[in-house]
Amino acid sequence: MARFTPENETVAREILSRYPVPKSALVPLLHLAQEQDGHVTRDAMVHIAELVGVTPAEVIGTCTFYEMFKMEPVGRYLVNVCTNISCMLMGSDALLHHAEERLGISAGDTTPDGMFTLEGVECIAACTEAPCLQVNYRYRTNVTNESFDSLVNELAAGELEDEIPPHGTLARIRQHIPADRAAGVAPPDVNRVPVWMQTAVADTESPAGSEAN
Amino acid sequence: MAEDTTVDAAPDVVDDGVAVTIDGTEVRARKGELLIDAAERHGVYIPRFCYHERMRPVGMCRMCIVEVDTGRGPSLQPSCMLECTPDMVVDTTSEVTRKAQEGVLEFLLVNHPLDCPVCDKGGECPLQDQTMSNGPGESRYIEQKRHLEKPIPISDLVLLDRERCILCDRCTRFASEVAGDPLIHFLHRGNHTEVNTFPDEPFASYFSGNTVQICPVGALTATSYRFKARPWDLTQTESTCQSCSVGCRVAVQASRNEVLRILGVDVDPVNWGWLCDKGRFDFEAINSDERLAAPLVRQGDELAPAGWAQALRQAADALSGALDSGGPVSIGVLGGARLTNEDAYAWTRFAKGVLGTDNCDAQLGDGLPPEVVLGLPRATIDEVCRPGGTVVVVGPDPKEELPVLFLRLRHAVVEAGATLIEVAPARSGISDYATVTLTHRPGEVAEVVRALVGETGQSSDLGGADASAVGRARALLDQADGDVCVVLGRPSVAESADFVTDAASVLQRALPGARFLSALRRSNVHGALDMGLAPGLLPGRVRLEDSGAEFAEAWGAVPATVGLDAHGMLTAAAEGRLSVLVLLGADPLADFPDRHLAERALATVPTIVASDLFLTESSARAHVVLPAAGFAECEGTTTNLEGRVSVLGQKVTPPGTARSDWMIAAELARLMGHDLGLESPAAIWDEICTLAPSHRGVTTDLLRSTDSDAGVLVPLEREEPAPADVDSTDGVAAEDVAEAAVDQAAADDTLEAQAAEAEGVAAAAEQVAAEEAGELAEEAAADGPVEDGAEEAVASRGPATLRFDGIPAVTLAPRDAYSLRLVATRKLYDQGTGVQQSAQLAPLAPGSVLRLNRYDFERLGVEEGSVVRVASARGALRVPVVVDAGVPRGAAAVYVNQPGLAATSLVDAAAAVTEVRVETGIDS
Repeated sequence: MARFTPENETVAREILSRYPVPKSALVPLLHLAQEQDGHVTRDAMVHIAELVGVTPAEVIGTCTFYEMFKMEPVGRYLVNVCTNISCMLMGSDALLHHAEERLGISAGDTTPDGMFTLEGVECIAACTEAPCLQVNYRYRTNVTNESFDSLVNELAAGELEDEIPPHGTLARIRQHIPADRAAGVAPPDVNRVPVWMQTAVADTESPAGSEAN
Repeated sequence: MAEDTTVDAAPDVVDDGVAVTIDGTEVRARKGELLIDAAERHGVYIPRFCYHERMRPVGMCRMCIVEVDTGRGPSLQPSCMLECTPDMVVDTTSEVTRKAQEGVLEFLLVNHPLDCPVCDKGGECPLQDQTMSNGPGESRYIEQKRHLEKPIPISDLVLLDRERCILCDRCTRFASEVAGDPLIHFLHRGNHTEVNTFPDEPFASYFSGNTVQICPVGALTATSYRFKARPWDLTQTESTCQSCSVGCRVAVQASRNEVLRILGVDVDPVNWGWLCDKGRFDFEAINSDERLAAPLVRQGDELAPAGWAQALRQAADALSGALDSGGPVSIGVLGGARLTNEDAYAWTRFAKGVLGTDNCDAQLGDGLPPEVVLGLPRATIDEVCRPGGTVVVVGPDPKEELPVLFLRLRHAVVEAGATLIEVAPARSGISDYATVTLTHRPGEVAEVVRALVGETGQSSDLGGADASAVGRARALLDQADGDVCVVLGRPSVAESADFVTDAASVLQRALPGARFLSALRRSNVHGALDMGLAPGLLPGRVRLEDSGAEFAEAWGAVPATVGLDAHGMLTAAAEGRLSVLVLLGADPLADFPDRHLAERALATVPTIVASDLFLTESSARAHVVLPAAGFAECEGTTTNLEGRVSVLGQKVTPPGTARSDWMIAAELARLMGHDLGLESPAAIWDEICTLAPSHRGVTTDLLRSTDSDAGVLVPLEREEPAPADVDSTDGVAAEDVAEAAVDQAAADDTLEAQAAEAEGVAAAAEQVAAEEAGELAEEAAADGPVEDGAEEAVASRGPATLRFDGIPAVTLAPRDAYSLRLVATRKLYDQGTGVQQSAQLAPLAPGSVLRLNRYDFERLGVEEGSVVRVASARGALRVPVVVDAGVPRGAAAVYVNQPGLAATSLVDAAAAVTEVRVETGIDS
């Protein structure tokens, strides 16, 4: 499992068709690859490069820029415990330590059964509800040791499948835009002077131009 | 700077510049000029790392930050991202500027290991230099620096020390912007950012070496130079690369009589500072242990070392014996493209003036007739790559054969809005940049070109090209802004040169203002042709029949009849009509398109005298082998594909007793009782300037003047293409007559008769047209260079200079439905000695496979990678087969001169095209 499945390749081509410049589809396609395999595989990047018409080096350049793209396998559930200042003041250090004990791994590692990957992360923008964490980017706020334990238990028991899909899935509902409803943006001319610059040039040139006239 | 006066003086006439104050001095900047450039042009160097004048600015490194006041108060701005605006006030030395630059440098050095003592860049490192000149002197950083594995190979030729990298984006920009091979990229983010490739996908670009040269720190190093020398140990001389005919200017750097590095020199009309990896790294061949260091003389089956006196005596005796027994026509001189202009002239004079044989050919049957190369209105690289221009490429893959021309063409298309129409037997490296690629069946290039210019041809299906593509290409040609340029070469050695010649005729006729750039690839082949190393030619682009008398006076004698070309010579040798074959750096077994003929020729000819750098397959069969001095070992001049003459520099001494080819020619002449009077390359050049009509006025002083760094285009007065307004000129009347003659002669059966008659009529008519202007022309020529005035230039060309007047259409037998037509092309890395004798490059030769279109692949029922038998009327080979969508249906493509496959053994040089059959079910 690595390159896109035939179904996903169809989806990929549809995503590509939305953009006037194919390269714009790089990030959505990387998400698709991550959804398929739980992380972005090397073969998937090669496949994306083929579909987009760039080199694999350009794909990996984009992919590694974003931390949410995982290049190595992660657990079914990626648990991100915020360690930034608000959460830290509200006890996230202890929470992360508890999480490590509960899951039996250090932050950054994955449980042997492949269920959980634990990470300490920078601010995830839920400071008013500190301490907070995300499971596959779904929030849990005002987390205590007890609520963390029950969260882990529920995830392990599969009770939260409806709310929290496996890592990589951004949303269960896929966007489909029929061709007749596409924005129909024309490919921009890469050598074109940006609009703001055109205006600026016109402004500076107009006095001289009027003199000439 | 010397440039300033001219630059400043010129815009005064049409002044669209702006006044800018830089460090208190008011200067004029050009419209749209970047501040960093304007300052440098006026003697103020602003430090920089990421900015490179041949690439788009990105403002990555922030080192060029200066204090700028555009009327809104002073602010810090990166000068590489700022266009000069009127009344801008810049202070590059203010306290604010200084502090900002120090801050930037302190930051850049945060993760830099400062391992200058063990770094190859130390001593020539912009980071080191600018830290000394613009840095804070002391760092406040006391924490641990990042540590990474070092070095990691990013290609076979380039190593990367990521710790040293300051993320200036030069190499990655070069890869995507200039080379078009974005195989290296920034990975990760922030403090973890690094340049790298995709895992297991190396930076396999033909231009990877340039990143080493433009890296402003020691992050990228070349495997061939790593830990070899310190910059202060090196001495350098400027020269012109001899790896192909583009003629890139280079700096040859050596230490202790050994060439250690080649760097690109930025000259505007040619290479812009770039080099291909072959040109940059094949210098290792100069230092190879395999170089011939002493003459060899055959004793039975062995070649034994001998003294020069013995070897030359033996060669001279063989030549004298041949003259006595079979006359001058029993001697042939093959090759000469490796030689300098002076060497080539000396050999022409020896062969044609002393031996009296006109059997000379600098090309090895894989080029084009000299009248096509020299006789068409010639284009410069700049003209071909004119912004917004239209260029038609009918020839070999420029990326494989003329890599830096490929860079220029790519730039013209991608950055300067040029339109490129490619006509080729298979998709090539330039196809990605062509607006339209027309693939033709082998042998039918002229049909496609006819369709392209709107002439009706013989073929009903446009020579295999797609009709809609032809339509689009035709529309592009119709919309062309200004005159069209044509890059003309031999796309495949498995088809006759006549087809390209025919295509050139069509283009010349249909596009009267068109200029042509020859795409012959061997280093100084154009210089050798200029010097007369071709049958029927004499030095200065003149015909034997036109200028024989003048040269007979100067030389004492010239050949009585027009001689044989490479094909003719090898045929004559194989039939026992040649007594002596001289190989001037020629390896016909490897390079002549028809290996069987070359084999028979070398086996039959009684004496072979070879002058070579290495014992090649061919020179190993010689009876006398004379070691020659090569690139960087001899002085002289060379001529590139534009006809641009530039000076070669000598940096090291030749191995052993190897000597220049002109000396060999002079010595042989002396032994045969003739004193050529040639004593040095400079003296030879003086004689060339005097005798060769096209080279008049191109004196040594002119060549060596500082204005001629990029070389001098010859002739100084350029011939103009036939005027676009066809009906109103006398010259065209002559052509009409010629064409009418062609039509009349078309009834005849033999093509030769047609050609000869057409040529004769055209020459006669042209002579009439030119007689009026004749006297004026001679005056102009005597006065030296004419500054301007195209008419005078046309007139001064006179009737004597070689001119191509087209050939009648060439016909081709219908295709055999069971066969495939062979397409034989070259790769940059092949079995040539330059590549094979360079340890870094030799493994890069890809080898050859048979490439087929999927349609034929499935029709034949072969498996990908399986070994098939390819058979032609000439021979058969076993070769693995792969699918290649770039090869059209009905064609079978191979690379020639690759290790493990003698593809030329399939080709019959006398046949128009090579038909092959592919047989499956062969055990590998």
